[in-house]
Amino acid sequence: MPVTTLNGRSVHVNDEGFLTEYDEWDEDLAKVLAANIGVDLTDAHWKVIHFLREDYKAQGETPTTRRVQQVAGIPIKEQFVLFPKKPGRKMSYIAGVPKPHGCV
Amino acid sequence: MSTETSAPIIPSFDDDEEDRKLAIICSKGNLDMAYPGLILGNAALGEGVETHLFFTFWGFDMIIKSRMNDLQFSPAGNAAMHLPHSDRHMPQALAPAMTGMATKMLKKQIADLGVPEVPEFLDLITAAGGHLWACKLSADMFDVGLPELRDDVEGIITAADFIELTKGAQLLFI
Repeated sequence: MPVTTLNGRSVHVNDEGFLTEYDEWDEDLAKVLAANIGVDLTDAHWKVIHFLREDYKAQGETPTTRRVQQVAGIPIKEQFVLFPKKPGRKMSYIAGVPKPHGCV
Repeated sequence: MSTETSAPIIPSFDDDEEDRKLAIICSKGNLDMAYPGLILGNAALGEGVETHLFFTFWGFDMIIKSRMNDLQFSPAGNAAMHLPHSDRHMPQALAPAMTGMATKMLKKQIADLGVPEVPEFLDLITAAGGHLWACKLSADMFDVGLPELRDDVEGIITAADFIELTKGAQLLFI
């Protein structure tokens, strides 16, 4: 796994650039990750990101967009506005968790 | 093993890729054959692909309000149908009588995987920006109009309209 420098410190990432160590993430790093992909973080974004991290920790896998709707109550439509075009990938990248593997 | 890289690795989300389109023709009304188009369409939308679903012939049952909750699965004629958790074939002579039970079992298996029922799945698809279209010939044949169809069906269009609408799209016939 490569190590890259983000926000002035070394972090472990996979070949795509997703963080691979859950505990290397913090909110300052999330801001850098979001800026990398052109997302301006608002409270609504943070709600999604914190849910992703909590749910990943509890379930051991990244929630899909449907689960974010069902469990966190954030409609799919809103997810597509917050993280345009590829919400599943973009939100997990910023939250420092793997991209979702579920088909639905 | 770690390799230190100086430049940050930033995923390419291909946001500049504007032209990818997927067209899915849903022509089946059996419960098991409703799902391939829904799963692929939903996956495509999640990858930022403009997606159009065109419902024709028996696929109409997926979007007719009075039928969409009641799609059935029959093991009849399906030589790949096995007894549960077994490699033994289900005797085809028994299959025609088993539609009710097979439907119930399949619905449970689908629900256990966290996959929604057909109407809710189409809700997800339209929420993600997917487009639903109904085939004009089928509408005429079944004598149904827009009022009988899901409210988010954007129109009843001809095959030629659909071909024009999906210019340059990748196409799946299911």
